[in-house]
Amino acid sequence: MSIPCQKCKQSPATVHVTDIVPPNGEKRERHLCEECAEGDGITMKQHEPFNSVLAKFVQQKVGPELDEMASTTCPSCGITFREFRAQGQLGCPQDYAVFSKFLVPLLERAHDGLTRHVGKVPVHLAADVEDGSHSELAELQRRLDSAVECEDYESAAGLRDTMKKIQTHAD
Amino acid sequence: MLIDDLAKRPGRWLTQEGPRSDVVISSRIRLARNLENHRFLSRADDSERRHIYRALADAVMECVLGEEALLVSMEETTVLDRQLLVERHLVSRQHAEAEGCRGVAISADESRAVMINEEDHLRLQCLSSGLQLDELWTEINQLDDALEQRVRFAFHEQYGYLTACPTNVGTGIRVSVMLHLPALKLTNEIDKVLRAARDMKLAVRGLFGEGTDAIGDFFQISNQTTLGRSEAEIIEDFGCRVIPKIVDYELAARKSLAQNQPYQLDDRIWRAHGILSNARTIGTEESLFLLSHIRLGIQMGRLKEVSIETANELFLFVQRAHLQKKNSAAMEGEQRSIARAELLRDCLNPSSR
Repeated sequence: MSIPCQKCKQSPATVHVTDIVPPNGEKRERHLCEECAEGDGITMKQHEPFNSVLAKFVQQKVGPELDEMASTTCPSCGITFREFRAQGQLGCPQDYAVFSKFLVPLLERAHDGLTRHVGKVPVHLAADVEDGSHSELAELQRRLDSAVECEDYESAAGLRDTMKKIQTHAD
Repeated sequence: MLIDDLAKRPGRWLTQEGPRSDVVISSRIRLARNLENHRFLSRADDSERRHIYRALADAVMECVLGEEALLVSMEETTVLDRQLLVERHLVSRQHAEAEGCRGVAISADESRAVMINEEDHLRLQCLSSGLQLDELWTEINQLDDALEQRVRFAFHEQYGYLTACPTNVGTGIRVSVMLHLPALKLTNEIDKVLRAARDMKLAVRGLFGEGTDAIGDFFQISNQTTLGRSEAEIIEDFGCRVIPKIVDYELAARKSLAQNQPYQLDDRIWRAHGILSNARTIGTEESLFLLSHIRLGIQMGRLKEVSIETANELFLFVQRAHLQKKNSAAMEGEQRSIARAELLRDCLNPSSR
């Protein structure tokens, strides 16, 4: 059973307010409909969902770029970038090159800002690099830098020692 | 080797107790790989899928898994057997429930399982008990090298190993451990710890990976970022820094329970024992929940009547598919609950042994 709004006497009251009135702290109840409550400044109109605000903004500001994104198609597997976004799966290895420009921001978000592979390389490609110790040193240097950045001096010292060993060995 | 052979015993890899196995049940490393010059699976038609399956199944069986290995074509396998593989963590739930030409190759001791045509063409995985990530990396790296002698994987100079989903690109590595954290749960500290893990960009999942609940106080924690850091770095960060810290929190919580609430702790453990050794009908979830407290009691030296091997086995055998395999019959929910209670009584009452 709903009480009618005390102000307009028409719509059902859905906002119920209890005022504590000074000086005696007397309680006074008010029952209002949504519209009247808004008029009295008790409630605020519901905000437009953030997503739709964002979508409108994106549409206006980066519309042309979005069109390019949507229409870019991989010549090898035929997938469009829009299809990829909808299903979350790429269509073939070539997509990484074809969509490179649009993928980088996604990769940054997914991988903590990093977009360049570090680590294992297939045996047949690694053989092309003449001296493996160089890449190993570069990798150790990078880890040393990040350890120092995190103030993890214990690991940093260990990494520095490993690097020294490799360098003396190479000399 | 047949699937039916698997059902009778726990995986051989799980029966050995690994380092820190009081908290770390198991470690797992998996690598995602795709063949070059082939489309990813979302775009591959049936004939390309079959071609990929044959090429990879041959390569995997010949050079990776040894003689007694088992190759399971999921298309030709019953729902019950597929569920059994999920319960043993040999395939993902998604792989079991998907459609089309796909399969898994499993080594005799179940420490290696290679899914073919899951989300990527190849998902290599190595498992071990306890916390043994360095050993697993050495092993899986060698498997990967051996496979690269036979097939060419899609690789890009900047992006590394290419995967169907860009969240796995680069190393394609997922390092995960299954943790048993009952004391953190009992002391209500679990949320705090898991939140900290998530803040460190780690994924926290339940007993069966993606989209499953943490039944029985088991939590699977794994890395999420795969690009821009080397395998060694990811493993070191995870295995030497993150996981030992969580293990220490759990052990501290156990100690605090023993010191501050010994009666309440023993009450939990012994009530669990009481229910499990007397119930006449019981569901999976309740069994796992109570077995968790039993395992806690064993690890803390407060329950000596049950061996850790028995507890570990029960975690597996009370599950749906294992229960039906053991009884050699398809059973409805209610029958299963009765059979489960019987199994638990048999294993937990010394007099009936």
